[in-house]
Amino acid sequence: MQEVQQLAKMANQIADNFSFHDDAVDRISDHIKRFWAPSMQRKLIEFDQSGEAELKPEVRAALKTLGTD
Amino acid sequence: MYESRLDMGTPMPLKIGMPVTLTVDGRPVTVTAGASVMRAAAEAGIKVPKLCATDSLDAFGSCRVCLVEIEGRKGYPASCTTEVEDGMVVHTQSRELDELRSNVVELYVSDHPLECDTCSANGDCELQDVAASLGVESSRYGMNGAGHQQAARDDSNPYFAFDPSQCIVCYRCVRACDDIQGTFALTVDGRGFASKIVAGQAQSFMDSDCVSCGACVDHCPTEALIEKPVMQKGQPDRSITTTCAYCGVGCSFHAELKDGEVLRMVPDQQGQANEGHACIKGRFAFGYATHKDRITRPMIRENINDPWREVSWEEAFSYTAERFRAIQQEYGPDSIGGITSSRCTNEETYLVQKMVRAAFGNNNVDTCARVCHSPTGYGLKTTLGESAGTQAFNSVASADLVMVMGANPSDAHPVFASRLKRRLREGAQLIVADPRRIELVSSAHIKADHHLALRPGSNVAFINAMAHVVVTEGLEDAAFIEARCESGPYQKWREFISGEQNSPETTERITGIPASELRAAARLFATAPNAAIYYGLGVSEHSQGSTTVMGIANLAMATGNLGREGVGVNPLRGQNNVQGSCDMGSFPHELPGYRHISDASVRSLFEQEWNTQLRPEPGLRIPNMFDASISGNFKGLYVQGEDVAQSDPNTHHVEKALQSLECLVVQDIFLNETARFAHVLLPGSSFLEKNGTFTNAERRISMVRKAIEPLAGLEDWEVTMALSNALGYPMNYGHPSEIMDEIARLTPTFQGVSYAKLDRLGSIQWPCNDEAPEGTPTMHVDEFVRGKGYFAITGFVPTDERATRKYPLLMTTGRILSQYNVGAQTRRTANSEFYAEDILEIHPFDAEERGISEGDWCGIVSRAGETVLRAVLTDRVQPGVVYTTFHFPSSGANVITTDNSDWATNCPEYKVTAVQVSHVSEPSEWQKEYRDFARRQEELLEKARV
Repeated sequence: MQEVQQLAKMANQIADNFSFHDDAVDRISDHIKRFWAPSMQRKLIEFDQSGEAELKPEVRAALKTLGTD
Repeated sequence: MYESRLDMGTPMPLKIGMPVTLTVDGRPVTVTAGASVMRAAAEAGIKVPKLCATDSLDAFGSCRVCLVEIEGRKGYPASCTTEVEDGMVVHTQSRELDELRSNVVELYVSDHPLECDTCSANGDCELQDVAASLGVESSRYGMNGAGHQQAARDDSNPYFAFDPSQCIVCYRCVRACDDIQGTFALTVDGRGFASKIVAGQAQSFMDSDCVSCGACVDHCPTEALIEKPVMQKGQPDRSITTTCAYCGVGCSFHAELKDGEVLRMVPDQQGQANEGHACIKGRFAFGYATHKDRITRPMIRENINDPWREVSWEEAFSYTAERFRAIQQEYGPDSIGGITSSRCTNEETYLVQKMVRAAFGNNNVDTCARVCHSPTGYGLKTTLGESAGTQAFNSVASADLVMVMGANPSDAHPVFASRLKRRLREGAQLIVADPRRIELVSSAHIKADHHLALRPGSNVAFINAMAHVVVTEGLEDAAFIEARCESGPYQKWREFISGEQNSPETTERITGIPASELRAAARLFATAPNAAIYYGLGVSEHSQGSTTVMGIANLAMATGNLGREGVGVNPLRGQNNVQGSCDMGSFPHELPGYRHISDASVRSLFEQEWNTQLRPEPGLRIPNMFDASISGNFKGLYVQGEDVAQSDPNTHHVEKALQSLECLVVQDIFLNETARFAHVLLPGSSFLEKNGTFTNAERRISMVRKAIEPLAGLEDWEVTMALSNALGYPMNYGHPSEIMDEIARLTPTFQGVSYAKLDRLGSIQWPCNDEAPEGTPTMHVDEFVRGKGYFAITGFVPTDERATRKYPLLMTTGRILSQYNVGAQTRRTANSEFYAEDILEIHPFDAEERGISEGDWCGIVSRAGETVLRAVLTDRVQPGVVYTTFHFPSSGANVITTDNSDWATNCPEYKVTAVQVSHVSEPSEWQKEYRDFARRQEELLEKARV
């Protein structure tokens, strides 16, 4: 599996595990900020922007908040 | 010869009672009620002769040597079995007592060779001492006792011999095997002079149930049971107290040496983690430290197909520094990183993470705890506020019920298992939650009240169902929750966990555990006065490892089982210093003491102490480093004491990542599997060759003390320091104690720790600071570290790794008693005589379906790869589940495991791999390639040595 596909899989997993919370998007965003290296965040955002990533909507929403703080 | 410690004859009573004052040989002495007369005499400095008594075993009263006179009493009672009474007047010396004792000793020596001068135990024999003290040099009963003197010696065990001719049948070995180890492998056969010690069903030690813990050897008063190196080389002349480098129990040992060579490791009776006990690994398997495979010269090479070239330390450091700086110049500052080791000391892991953050200039540091207990860190930090277990090991002595989940302590943490078994034999109840019927489920005098054989991958469903029963049947500890936990999150959790999706009836189809049995187990757990949870990698190494850890904490909080002795959440750490390596800031997002790198105030402390600027963002974790390496963004890696090529999942992926690196630096005592892909090899030092500290699974910091000089000339911390200096970031420590002083200055939970205090107290459980100057055995006593406990929502998300038509079986992995982790140490000892290859356990039904018989070669195929192992047919595993270990590199167990990982921490999902198994006749392609590659690399190493 390519690195970006792996990142997408990890992000979707995080979304699945926060799906039991009302504030899932915030939790996904916070988790990625706290535990992912900036290069990983950047690669996933670029992968998403390429249109090839199969990401859950909550992940996409969370990615929009990264780097905006 | 050095002096051994004073044996008080009988143990201190378990419960301290009222003080009792008596007189022994005219000396007044005050002891606790329940103590023996023998112990009181010892407290008064009076040595009563004895043979069957020792203070680590309950009194037995068989040898009749310790007789005394007590005023007002008839006869001559045995002092070991007679309890003290207030006002008692005891005489230990008289002509009558001397005659009685001499007579008994003469009976003993009539059936014991009196060739003390040539005996290996000369100078370390209690019979010799007692006979000498009584002036017994011969026996009126003759010297040719037929009971034992002609019996043949049993040399079957590679580490110790049993010579029945030297045996006085004092039962100490039998009692040690029963009461301390809990294996019940030894017994006494026959009566009177014909009585003899036998192993198993009158088998050799090697063929019996004996697990080679060495307790019998430790307790033997003569040479009957003795270590082979002592037989061959004589009694040790020097002893250093240090800490074992195997599992997370962290046993204290005396490394005993003669002429500078370690002859034996003797468990420390004062050891606070092990209380004088040991296992086969720590007790006997230390020979790897001087094995011929040890790397003792630094080596470098341009390419992994080149021969190694031995160089000076200076050249190795400058070469590494130049290559790392060149890589950063070309690919950017984040293109290199480092991995710390859970086998190295706290001081060494601290230095590696410091070098990465300060000298590499990034946070790309991770540790092998990534692949074992990183979910413990996340889960316990989230719920309780601290990334550590809550109890001391001896807390289990107060437990009324123990739940062991995803752990196999008999094999992986044997000394704790013995402690646990003692409590179970005393009557504590036991729940085992494990897909496999581990030894604890049914062993000598132990039977689990419930074995919940859940399916691999269903841990969260299981733990949620347990909590569901507690909540919906009104078994919560409402007062504890009200006083100790956050109300809002609790109410949300309560609503979540009460949902029908978490009921045992619903989860039964996921877990395979009958609802009625799960309900019964949950009721048992919730109603026990003290219920403790012990868990292992069967919890953490899952795609929802972190969620399960939080579920465990939820269950403990809901039932009020935290904050006192006998309860708690207890992760059983795999390697000796997993806890320590995590404490020391080895994770890329945390500085020492589990403080996030984004916290500017914490970062500032380190920046001032380290005189550098730190990056505020997390770095790459190990799997992320591998992915980035294959992508071409990560090019240099420094690995200290870790063997990722064998231990990490999806071997094809790991090998590709290692091959993609431009500079791989491995610091290890052997040319391990990872080193075969390396460009620089820095010789490591074993635990016997250095000073430092390890922190075990109960947060206990213990001293590691140098017994022999480092074979390569430098201790590991000195190597890291020199490398950092070569990179231009100065480090100038004179001794590891200075590193610990720095750790204490920067880490609140270590604030009160120093080598001087460790020497004084023996060990310290952190937190150790102004509030707890001598450490903290039990955490979260009045409040949780985070303040109020946090109930986390733990929804079950099934793993992607499911049984399918193509891969219908689920493979899970584990460990065996005699081998350790990747086997680099234990495979280079006689432990391989006990377990020489990894095998595949398969249920007879699954085997029959596939035409597989015992011992057949099995091809195991997963979506990640294929390997071949020999089959063992057993109903220890349930149908649909197969099991293997990963101690031998050629087995390729991790060729099959996948890149699935825990959602929160990336801890690999070793415990669930969907596979198909078939009967085959030859090794897998990977195994053939591995053999060729390994052989080629050995040849390249040999060229350097020539």
